[in-house]
Amino acid sequence: MRKASPGSLRRAFQPWNDADAKPLVEFRGVTKRFGAVTAVSELSLSLYPREFFALLGPSGCGKTTLMRMLAGFETPDEGQILIDGIDITAVPPHLRPVNMMFQSYALFPHLSVAGNIAYGLKREGLPRAEIARRVEEMLALVKLGGLGRRKPDQLSGGQRQRVALARALAKRPKLLLLDEPMAALDRKLREATQFELMDLQSQLGTTFMVVTHDQDEAMTMADRMAVMDHGRLVQIAPPDVIYEAPVNRYVAEFVGDINVLEGRVTSVEGDLVRVETVLAGKVELDEEAPAFGRNASVLVGLRPEKIALNHEEPMQAVNKVAGEIWDIGYLGDVTMVQVMVGGEAGGLIKVALTNRTRHSARPFAWEDKVWLSWDVEAGLVLQP
Amino acid sequence: MSASAVPAARLGRLVLAAPYLWLLLFFLAPFAMVLRIALSDADTALPPYAPHFEGIATLWSFLGKLDFENFRLLADDSLYGQTYLYSLRIAALTTLIALAIGYPLAYAIAAAPRRWRPVLLVLVVLPFWTSFLIRVYAWIGILRPEGLLDMVLGSLGLTSEPLRLLNTEAAVLIGMVYSYLPFMVLPLYATLEKLDRSLLEAAADLGAAPATAFLTVTLPLSRPGLFAGAALVFIPSVGEFVIPDLLGGPDTMMIGNLLWTTFSSRDWPLASAVAIILLVALVLPLAWLQRARLARGGGV
Repeated sequence: MRKASPGSLRRAFQPWNDADAKPLVEFRGVTKRFGAVTAVSELSLSLYPREFFALLGPSGCGKTTLMRMLAGFETPDEGQILIDGIDITAVPPHLRPVNMMFQSYALFPHLSVAGNIAYGLKREGLPRAEIARRVEEMLALVKLGGLGRRKPDQLSGGQRQRVALARALAKRPKLLLLDEPMAALDRKLREATQFELMDLQSQLGTTFMVVTHDQDEAMTMADRMAVMDHGRLVQIAPPDVIYEAPVNRYVAEFVGDINVLEGRVTSVEGDLVRVETVLAGKVELDEEAPAFGRNASVLVGLRPEKIALNHEEPMQAVNKVAGEIWDIGYLGDVTMVQVMVGGEAGGLIKVALTNRTRHSARPFAWEDKVWLSWDVEAGLVLQP
Repeated sequence: MSASAVPAARLGRLVLAAPYLWLLLFFLAPFAMVLRIALSDADTALPPYAPHFEGIATLWSFLGKLDFENFRLLADDSLYGQTYLYSLRIAALTTLIALAIGYPLAYAIAAAPRRWRPVLLVLVVLPFWTSFLIRVYAWIGILRPEGLLDMVLGSLGLTSEPLRLLNTEAAVLIGMVYSYLPFMVLPLYATLEKLDRSLLEAAADLGAAPATAFLTVTLPLSRPGLFAGAALVFIPSVGEFVIPDLLGGPDTMMIGNLLWTTFSSRDWPLASAVAIILLVALVLPLAWLQRARLARGGGV
């Protein structure tokens, strides 16, 4: 029984802000090239013990290469990789204290479930009884008790994923690498598995590093996540910071949906910034220690769910713009409304409405004249 | 239910019947003929045997005087037993040597860059483009005293006198391994090429050194190719008679040679009996192996 919810424990867990915390994994200026292509470029990164770290990026951004270098399947061209302060750059994969769960699961088809889980333990030369005990323990951990004698091809996709997880955890690695762990699961199973994985991680205290292209997966599970682009880490931060305070347009657009408005700064008073935007006219926003002055060209980011939609002009709203509904996309839980603003030379702004009432009572229709409004805290200035 | 279902089913049965018909016409019928000859007496006639079994009408009288004389002869004369054993020995050695050479070869081809593989495979099959007989004759030129091999070794100063390989068991083995190697390499390549590379990475990740990963993952998973290759080399090797005839000597007589000699001395019934024993000796263990494999759960 847990006294505190895992979420509350998580909030207190911030070793990356602690100057005395010793990282478990360190990348120091790591570069990897494949021919003319630079997959990973001068990358530095620290992971801390017990951390659940997610590496997020589009395919081809170098995230898989980064993980494979940690497992030892690729060797960096430059830089060092350290685990527990020991340089493992030249250590072959079979001698590293790291285990990996493969995207394809890579279960040995000629071995039973128990044989798969025992494989790593046998290589350690553990006594037979100890291996049997650990296999049973792992089977129970991933809720596959009684299936030890099955062959991988007699299991469902979800069960195979659990076997792969159990096999990778059986050696009690300091660091578990998970390559797109949910990619082959259907949506319902994926959600359930995400929470199980988080539970398992806090229960075992193993450091997890997940590579994924699925932002929901990364945001749900990770303590910290890194957004990667063209071999570089663009931003490393907890999920809420990545979402609410993305460092640039790439991160803002990759994680979640965002409206980007071009504009020019008209005044800066303390934290209050006024921007004249092309689409939405005057916009006021709260920006902590703005690093730009008057007349600077900026991009204002506005998340769709932070915009309110009304038929009447909201009199007391600071930021507002009139428009016409262009398109309505019904997604079940939310409805995405595209509103054309700025007249002739205008553009579309996306608004997300939570569907609190049943569909039949939908208050907005195509070609409705509407007002968009949002708080001073809603907008943010993006680096291009 | 569609109206075309019935004719389609009939067509399906017809398609299925075709291979059985083929087997019946070109395997079972000839086998029955050979069996009939094997149960006959030798005769100075044309054809040179007097059958006991003339047709369905005489079936009863035939069963009454069933004649296993030829088989008894095979059992009594130790020459036949020894030659059978010798053939099995040579075939087993050929299979082992072909495996020892073929496995690394197939492994190397499967591990080669993708664009090189077709070229390497063609190189393996290339000898088939020349007549088998010519290739075996070529080996005579290589292996005979003062032949190509002696010349090369002598000019390198490795040997001072001829090796005298021709007409020895070694020459037979060289010829056999050379001829049957592709049959070992191709099925092995087919299984090794299919092998999922990530399985080897998983093995390494779980602490297996490369040699251990090979023994615990690659080798067990290449078993189907290993069995197929071994069968494809072993079975024709047992009955081989051209290679021992051309490259071998008086002490390398295999069952194929014996069969040929018996046949050309016009003792068709005895030769047929030799052939039948050979077939039974090969088919029974294979059938048993297949059954054992199925009993283990379908997978090879």
